[in-house]
Amino acid sequence: MTKITGAQAIIKCLKEEGVRIIFGFPGGAVIDLYDELLNSDIQHILVRHEQGAVHAADGYARATGEVGVALLTSGPGATNGVTAIATAYCDSIPLVVLTGQVPTALIGNDAFQEVDIVGITRPCTKHNYLVSNPNDLVQTLREAFYLASTGRPGPVLVDLPKDVVASMITYPEKKKIKMQTYQPNYDPHPGQVEKACKAILNAKRPVLYIGGGVILSNANKEVTELAEKIQAPVTMTLMGLGGFPGSSPLSMGMLGMHGSYAANMSVAKSDLLIAVGARFDDRVTGRLDAFAPHARIIHIDIDPTSISKNVKVDIPIVADCRIALREMNAWFDKSPDFDAAASAKKHRPWLDEIAEWQKKHPLSYQEKGDIIKPQYVVQKIDELTGGDAIITTEVGQNQMWAAQFYKFNKPRRLLTSGGLGTMGYGLPAAIGAKLAFPEATVIDIAGDGSIQMNIQELATARQWGAKVKVAILNNNYLGMVRQWQELFYNRRYSATPMEVTPDFVELAKAYGAVGLRARTKDEVVPVIREALATDNVVIMDFVIDREEGVFPMVPAGKATTEMLLV
Amino acid sequence: MKHTLSVLLQNKPGALSRVTGLFSGRGFNIESLCVAETLDPKVSCLTLVTRGHEHIIEQITKQLHKLIDVIKVTDISEGEFVEREMVLIRVKAEVNTRAEVLRVIDIFRGKVVDVSPTSYAVEITGPESKIKAVIDILRPIGIKEIIRTGTIAMARAPKK
Repeated sequence: MTKITGAQAIIKCLKEEGVRIIFGFPGGAVIDLYDELLNSDIQHILVRHEQGAVHAADGYARATGEVGVALLTSGPGATNGVTAIATAYCDSIPLVVLTGQVPTALIGNDAFQEVDIVGITRPCTKHNYLVSNPNDLVQTLREAFYLASTGRPGPVLVDLPKDVVASMITYPEKKKIKMQTYQPNYDPHPGQVEKACKAILNAKRPVLYIGGGVILSNANKEVTELAEKIQAPVTMTLMGLGGFPGSSPLSMGMLGMHGSYAANMSVAKSDLLIAVGARFDDRVTGRLDAFAPHARIIHIDIDPTSISKNVKVDIPIVADCRIALREMNAWFDKSPDFDAAASAKKHRPWLDEIAEWQKKHPLSYQEKGDIIKPQYVVQKIDELTGGDAIITTEVGQNQMWAAQFYKFNKPRRLLTSGGLGTMGYGLPAAIGAKLAFPEATVIDIAGDGSIQMNIQELATARQWGAKVKVAILNNNYLGMVRQWQELFYNRRYSATPMEVTPDFVELAKAYGAVGLRARTKDEVVPVIREALATDNVVIMDFVIDREEGVFPMVPAGKATTEMLLV
Repeated sequence: MKHTLSVLLQNKPGALSRVTGLFSGRGFNIESLCVAETLDPKVSCLTLVTRGHEHIIEQITKQLHKLIDVIKVTDISEGEFVEREMVLIRVKAEVNTRAEVLRVIDIFRGKVVDVSPTSYAVEITGPESKIKAVIDILRPIGIKEIIRTGTIAMARAPKK
């Protein structure tokens, strides 16, 4: 059999896995692989920092549902990627991260640019590999893609020693991956499905609580069908936004720390909580013993460890969300005990009560003359993009305002670091999404603090024609921490004022992008319009009300009914 | 409650650190850990003693299952099982205490594996309670050094 180099085998395998684009940054340990990339039609996107490469691959993965791929060199290249790998891990995003490694003979020798990246990333990857035998190379890569994309998805790292990549190997034929120790379960137990459906039949105050699992399993249609069929209100976690249409009358918006009044009250009063692909995170539940105290809990999740981790579950269903919901919908369609009209009637008083809460305490903010309110900016971005843009966010107030005031009606339209809360995620993720969907409008809703954490990726966006728009909600503060200091630390603003911030308009120009600024409310719409009409990377600098807060807010450790309102 | 878990895992570099990393990362405790290869050299068996409420043990079991290198997790303390631990104890054995030491280890069916003018090293095998008992009895005589293997355990075969 003809032999090929490890590098050729890797590229061949990536092609076989359907990879069209990889994000990376070269270095000594991966130079063979970079050389081979020149012979391939896989597009390589050169970033400016390895964190950007992995975030961009992550943005690509979230927007498309495919596995994102990043390529980093050994040592600092690999460690720079760690925050972004952990980001993907916390949000269960399928990635394959290839890292270079020093030659096998030097491993453990404190060689130049050597680091034990497999050891470092063990707790923040779904799995990782060090390929020490060239003959295992291709099989390992195939397993990596398989693991990343199946079951509960996640990042998988493959560490590639330089001599392994340079060695001559026989390319093994493609065969179905079967792993003795990894057999994710997708199909729900029929008995559990029936139990869940019967519980729904008996509920008076059901609430559907949906999370990122709905997006990951593409279950948005099935969720919508179930909600409409049984006429149950729906609340979404940050990761679940877009999993159910935000403008549906059954939507209560987000729940939790910065959730809507109606969403948090409904969970507190509910007699049946139907959790789908959500994991009862502390930002959602607040004080655990006061979370859904009157409700029986159905929990659909593909990961058994998520079930009864924080909250005791009455009816667990370990399955793919989409398949489980499909089975539930089918059960209702067949059941002689279910009557849609009767179900709607049974839930009417409950929906009316929720409508009252929504009327009494809608998401709102107080206008202040000419001063730009950040919520207004997000509302206008929503309007002017028809609610159909791909929105990425940074982390902090910008993220919460985006989540509250942009009506996400479709899945994979909000790309945000939910679990890890990584500032600096939004810009590189936007680049990844824009390269996946060049025709889409992609906007990073950012703060002046977090945008600076990966601002260097403006050059990446420019180099590769990823004409993303960045809307900076600029309050010259690290606003979320400042808000906590205002509310809980007696206004002692320790290290939150950004005393020096670049002129973002000039900064955009320096990168060959376009910079626009709005200082007053009436300038907001013209700036957004101009940005959307500009065929380039654009930074919009919105000078907002400096001390605006995110409300409602549940103070950390309090019950979710103890909300601070506007 | 004390639980004894038997974990089969792939005998691969790093597999053990995935298990121990899981325990330290999630704040689960390990009382003892014992690991060696099985009849199949590609598979290791790990006996792990831990303590925690039922829901913690459930999480531990599920989280272990989730590790890709883990083949099987059994909480063998849920059923009938035998457990054994071995201990090597270097105990003071001077002229006036030698006979006493020998009597004690004889009662516990231990044996002397090393002798010096001032000490005996003794080997004793048994369940944790027996190990504890022998330590308690030898302690007043003077234990100089003690090395324990940690518990290994095996489920009892069904009686029928």
